[in-house]
Amino acid sequence: MCSIKRREFIQTGIKAGAAFYFGTIPGCKGGAKEHFNKNNHYPIVIAQNSVIRDKNENLIGKQVNNLLDRAMENLFQVNKAEQAWQCLFKENDVVGIKVNCLGGKGISTHIELVEAIIEGLKSAGVLERNIIVWDRANRDLEKVGYRIITDRNKIKYYGTDVAGYTYDIYEYGEVGSHLSNILVKQCTAIVNVPILKDHGIVGITNALKNFFGAIHNPNKYHDFNGDPYIADVNMLSEIRSKVRIIISDALTIQYDGGPPFMPQWAWHYNGLLVGFDPVAIDTIGWDIIEQQRKENRLQTLKQVGREPTYIATAADEKHRLGFNDLSKINVIRI
Amino acid sequence: MKFNPEQTRRQFIKNTAQVFCTGSILLSLKNIESKSIKDKFDASNLIEARYYEKLPNRKIKCVLCPRECIIDDQETGYCGVRENYGGTYYTLVYGKPCSAHVDPIEKKPLFHFLPGSTAFSIATVGCNVLCKFCQNWQISQARPDQVESHDFPPKAIANYAYKNDCQSIAYTYTEPVIFTEYMYDCAEAGKSVNVKSVMISNGYIKAQPMKDLCKVLDAVKVDLKAFTEKFYKEMVAGQLQPVLDTLVLLRQEEMWTEIVYLVIPTLNDDTKELQQMCKWIVRELGPDVPIHFSRFYPQYRLKNLPPTPVTTLVKARKIALDSGIHFAYIGNVPGHEGESTFCPGCNNIVVHRMGYQIVRNDIKKNGQCQHCGHKIAGIWN
Repeated sequence: MCSIKRREFIQTGIKAGAAFYFGTIPGCKGGAKEHFNKNNHYPIVIAQNSVIRDKNENLIGKQVNNLLDRAMENLFQVNKAEQAWQCLFKENDVVGIKVNCLGGKGISTHIELVEAIIEGLKSAGVLERNIIVWDRANRDLEKVGYRIITDRNKIKYYGTDVAGYTYDIYEYGEVGSHLSNILVKQCTAIVNVPILKDHGIVGITNALKNFFGAIHNPNKYHDFNGDPYIADVNMLSEIRSKVRIIISDALTIQYDGGPPFMPQWAWHYNGLLVGFDPVAIDTIGWDIIEQQRKENRLQTLKQVGREPTYIATAADEKHRLGFNDLSKINVIRI
Repeated sequence: MKFNPEQTRRQFIKNTAQVFCTGSILLSLKNIESKSIKDKFDASNLIEARYYEKLPNRKIKCVLCPRECIIDDQETGYCGVRENYGGTYYTLVYGKPCSAHVDPIEKKPLFHFLPGSTAFSIATVGCNVLCKFCQNWQISQARPDQVESHDFPPKAIANYAYKNDCQSIAYTYTEPVIFTEYMYDCAEAGKSVNVKSVMISNGYIKAQPMKDLCKVLDAVKVDLKAFTEKFYKEMVAGQLQPVLDTLVLLRQEEMWTEIVYLVIPTLNDDTKELQQMCKWIVRELGPDVPIHFSRFYPQYRLKNLPPTPVTTLVKARKIALDSGIHFAYIGNVPGHEGESTFCPGCNNIVVHRMGYQIVRNDIKKNGQCQHCGHKIAGIWN
């Protein structure tokens, strides 16, 4: 007869369910789980460093690495970042780093951040040959400065145009799409590394919208400010089950004129938003953009008809992808 | 109804030849140099799109279809095949069909347009709507980098059609509105070698591009997918009114037009809806516009419904005939009498069809019924 008490069984079940819900591994020791118990949801770390750039405004790789380390340590309440990475990934994982390079140089996931993430993965024992940095197409990666590498023994960089899409259609709600083979067939785990920026149709693009780069037909899902399509895409089982952590690149943010790079509306926030909850990260990102718009005397996204309503939809009873109440999101600022 | 076995045999041989002809075209297409989309932004490969307006901050507004997409730099429109690159709008599919086939014109279906002839049928990837019941979703809902295409410029299309005895070029399978530049140039090239052009469309296009196309097209088939905005919004991701506007425009332009109505159980088979639609057709387009009630089969994202019962199609056809429409057909039910054309003057069968085959044609070259001399609407010569 099993010795576990009924209450313990239920409690464990809830924790495991919640952990799965946010794409983390149950059983990981660390503060993140304690935060979850206390506040009913995981924290989001907003990490900023004002001296992360050299005098030419270029990012300093070492500083980006340090910033990410501190974010991971605070998210997991551990002394060393590698402990956090070891919570998330196993040695035999094949990890896809999903970047967003559609905006071109200036407003895409920074190479320095991707390199820092790779260091973190390696510290967890993930082999170089089992790391894939990917986006929609090779040309998207190349125009930002990533070099296409498909050598089986190296860290790989390539687009879904090389790997192809699934034959099957994955459906949820209003969405029906072929998914990237990189996501479905090649990776066991995903690090979602979006860029935080304004978007000319859906308001903002960040964690949730980044997976439009994993479906074959994103052009079909921008109507009605992307609502409910963006939330629906994130409900697809292959995405929900594989995303282990979100590291939103807020090193440079664009608060208007997106999605292409418009330097007149870009500013160096020098930050990262790190956590497990894509809805909370998008809610915080939206708030950061709105504050910057206000400072620059621009109308709110709602006033210009681009309110990202899909964020609330992602949090609704049907989707339950995370929390969108800014006052209740547990934020750790460093 | 008289049955002529000799003519049927001839028709059989002709159709068999068409099948072989089709095979040879597909084979030859494989020999045409395949062009990767990777170099799509090599300027020499690109054709600037027609029908768009430039906006500030390198944005553009597409005015080809009623969707009127406003597109940021390096983004595509809803169709996925027209891209803004640095504030200039390009078509990514000009001269790059993904499908090419010789079909009987009856397959389009166009029943009042050169019956028994063949149409060289081409399509590029892409579509400006998103029908949950799409029959060709593998190519219509894809983007140019996801489907292999072939270099096939307009003159080569026209020459191919001419050499293979096709009396027309059909722009079909996906939605030709989205490759309007290519379609226009192919139709113009076709005219130079006496090959006609037919557009098989959803009718979701703005007035000016449709007017321009009317200068080079000879017939248009429009899919009227339902007669409610609700259906168009929920099942098509489009709007009904612009399609009705297109039909009226085609009438004004005196373009030969036929309508297909795919009857989907429980979604657009309501008697009242069908009655309203038929009355609208008679009132706005006249009684001579043929309508084809086609049988639905579960496809794509609409697999939870059964095929349309034949009785429903019979009901729809009766509603159309009772409303005063002269030519109402039943489609996707091979062998049904509703496939044949009945003369409105004497009610005899004037074109007897079996599937895509013409068993007998009793319409004179001048369009008159051989039995009573009634002038049958259409293009017969």
